[in-house]
Amino acid sequence: MIKGKFIDNLPKVYGIYTGGFLVFIILMAIAESMGMSAKLIGIFFVSFTVGIYAIIGYLSRTLQLDAYYVAGRQVPTVFNGMATAADWMSGASFVAMAGGIYFKGYGYMALLVGWTGGYVLVASLLAPYLRKFGCYTVPDFIGTRYGGNLARVSAVIVLTVASFTYVTAQINATGTIASVALDIPFGIAVYVGLASILICSMLGGMRAVTWTQVAQYIVLIIAYLLPVFWISNKMGAGIFPHFMLADEVARIADLESQFGLGTVKNTAADLATVPKGLAGITKAHSEVNTTPWKFISLAVCMMAGTASLPHVMMRYFTTPSVKSARRSVGWSLFFIFLLYSSAPMLATLSKLSLMDPNLATGIIGKSITEVQNIDWYQNWNQANLMFVSDFNGNGTLELNEFFMGGKAVVLATPEIAGLPYVISGLVAAGGMAAAMSTADGLVLAIANALSHDLYYKIIDPKAETAKRLIVARVLLVIIGFAGATIAALEIQGILGSVIWAFDFAMSGLFFPLVLGVWWKRANAQGAVAGMLLGLISGTAYLIWVRNGGAGFWGVTQLTFGIVGSAVSLVSMVAVSLMTKAPDAATQRMVDEVRIPSGKTVLGKQH
Amino acid sequence: MSKQAKHWEKTRSLLFITLAIWFVFSIGIFFFGAEMEASSFRPLGYPLSYYMTCQGSLGIFVILIFWFANQQEKIDEEFGYSEKEDD
Repeated sequence: MIKGKFIDNLPKVYGIYTGGFLVFIILMAIAESMGMSAKLIGIFFVSFTVGIYAIIGYLSRTLQLDAYYVAGRQVPTVFNGMATAADWMSGASFVAMAGGIYFKGYGYMALLVGWTGGYVLVASLLAPYLRKFGCYTVPDFIGTRYGGNLARVSAVIVLTVASFTYVTAQINATGTIASVALDIPFGIAVYVGLASILICSMLGGMRAVTWTQVAQYIVLIIAYLLPVFWISNKMGAGIFPHFMLADEVARIADLESQFGLGTVKNTAADLATVPKGLAGITKAHSEVNTTPWKFISLAVCMMAGTASLPHVMMRYFTTPSVKSARRSVGWSLFFIFLLYSSAPMLATLSKLSLMDPNLATGIIGKSITEVQNIDWYQNWNQANLMFVSDFNGNGTLELNEFFMGGKAVVLATPEIAGLPYVISGLVAAGGMAAAMSTADGLVLAIANALSHDLYYKIIDPKAETAKRLIVARVLLVIIGFAGATIAALEIQGILGSVIWAFDFAMSGLFFPLVLGVWWKRANAQGAVAGMLLGLISGTAYLIWVRNGGAGFWGVTQLTFGIVGSAVSLVSMVAVSLMTKAPDAATQRMVDEVRIPSGKTVLGKQH
Repeated sequence: MSKQAKHWEKTRSLLFITLAIWFVFSIGIFFFGAEMEASSFRPLGYPLSYYMTCQGSLGIFVILIFWFANQQEKIDEEFGYSEKEDD
C-alpha cells in the first residue's frame, strides 16, 4: 500500500522514474542504431509508458472515500502543480496547438494567452475558497452553498455537457496516436486508449489519477522540449530557442515576401484537389493579422472557461491546505508555461525547416518530383497529413503548393528536421500521455459528480462507503464507453471540441461559482437561473451560428461563451435580487469560506 | 469593524490589484496589437506583439500568481488566519 511514506519520498520516487525513462530513451536510440524498425520503436514507446501508468494506477488502489475523491487531501504543492499541468494540457495543447500557430500565427496565439491567463482567475477568485469549503466535487460546492437539489442537479448538467464535449476529443486523440503507433485501425484503437485510461483511474480514483498524472507530465514535457532544443541546435539557431529565435522569425518574414505569400493565390478549382483537413500557409508568421476584438474575445472565453472547468478545479481540492492550494496554482501555471512558451518556437522551427532554401531540409523551391521522392513526404502523405501539387505547372514547388495537416507540425517536424526516429516515438508517447491524463481527469470529474452529487446526495443518502465506491466505478466505466463510442464517430475535430467545452463551462458555471464566494446575496434561485439560462442561451447561440445565423457583437461559434455568460450574469443577479436573501446559516457559511485557516466548512459530513 | 471584516477588506483590495494587472496583460495590451508590432521596443529582438503573446504575458501571469499568493499569506498572517501546520 502507498501511504504517508510514499508522500515523503515523492522527489526520490519521481527522480528515479525520470532517470529510468531517460535510460529507456537511450536504450531505444541504441536499438535504432542497431537496426530496430521504426514501427517496433513506436510500439515499445507507447506500451512501455502506458504500462508504467497502469502499474501506478494499480498500486494506488483504494477503498476509502477521501482517497478516492480527493486523494486524501495530502498532495504536496509542487506535485499537485505537475499533476494539474498534465490534467490541463490535453491532446489539443500537445498535438494541435503548435500546428494552429504555424498556420494562423498571431490570431491563434490568443489561445496561449487565454489558456494561461485563466489561472490568475483560478488563483485569486476560486481555488483557495473551494479548497476551504472542503467539497468532493464542484457541484458539491454549488449544492451546499446555494442549497437545494435543483442547484446541485443544474451544476451536474453543466459539468456533464462541458466535460463530455471535452472528453470525446481526448479519447479521439488517444485513439489517433494509438492507431498510428501500434498500427491498428482507429475504431479499435479508440477502445485500446479507453482501456488505458480506465486502468489509471478505476481502482484508485483521484489518488491513482494524481500519481499517474505526475508521471504523465514528466513524459510529455520531455517529449515536447527535447525535439525543440535539438532541432534548434541542429539548425544553428542556438540551444535555447526561446531567447534566440528573433533572427529566424525575421528570416521567415523575408522568405514569406520572397515566396509571394498573400500575393500568389490558389484558384478554387486547385484548392478542391487538396485532401480535406490539410492547409497551406495563408497568414504571415509574426504579423498582427486579426482585429483586437477577435483576439480578445477568444482569450476571454478561454480564461473564463479555465476558471469554470471542474476537472481543473477539483485538482485543488487535493492539497493539504488553503495556502498550498493557492501556491499550487502558481506551480501549475509554471509547468504549463514550459510547454506553451515552446509551442510558437516549434512552429517557427518547423516553418523555417520547410521554407529556407539554405537549409538541407528546405523543400520550397525544389522540384516537385524531388519532393515527392523524399521518404518522410511519402510517409506523411500516406497518413493523409501532407500534400503537394504543381498548380502552375512550372515543375517547382511553390509556397502555395505545399499543404499539411495541423497535427503534422508536432508529429512530423522531428522527422523533417532529420532527427532519429527514436524522437518520433518519444513524441508519440508524449501525445498519448497528454491526451490520457486529460481524459482521466475529465472522466473522473463526470463520474464523481454523478456518483457523489446525483446518487449519494440525492438518490440514496444512506448508501454505505463500499456501495458508493462501486457506483462511482461503474459510472466511470459507463462514461468512458459512452465517450469512446462518440469519439469513434469522429463528429468534430479535436481543437474545435475543446474550445466548445470551454465555452459551455463558462456559460453555465463561471458566474455561479465566482458569485458564490464573492457575493453573499446570491441565492439558490439566482444560481439555478444563471446556470440553466446561461447554458441554454450559449447552446442556442452556437446552434444558430452553426446553421448560418449572422450572430452579433462579432461573437463566433468559438466564442459563444460570451453570450452565454452574459445571460448567466444578468439572470443570476436579477433573479437573486427579486427573491429572498439567503438565510443566516448560509451567510455564515460564506463568511467561514473566506477565512483561510481552520477546519473545512463541510468538515466530515460527507 | 470586526477582525474578519478587516481581513476581508484587505483580501478584496488585493484581488482588485491582482485583477487590474491581469486585465492589462491579458486584455488591455491586445487592443494595441498593431501599435505593438510597429514599436521599436523589441524584447530579445522579437516584434513586441509576437513576444507578448508567446512569452511576455504568460511569464507575467506566472509571477503574478506567486506574488498574489505571497501577499495573501501576509494578510492572513497579520490577522492570525495562517495555518501553522502547513507544508
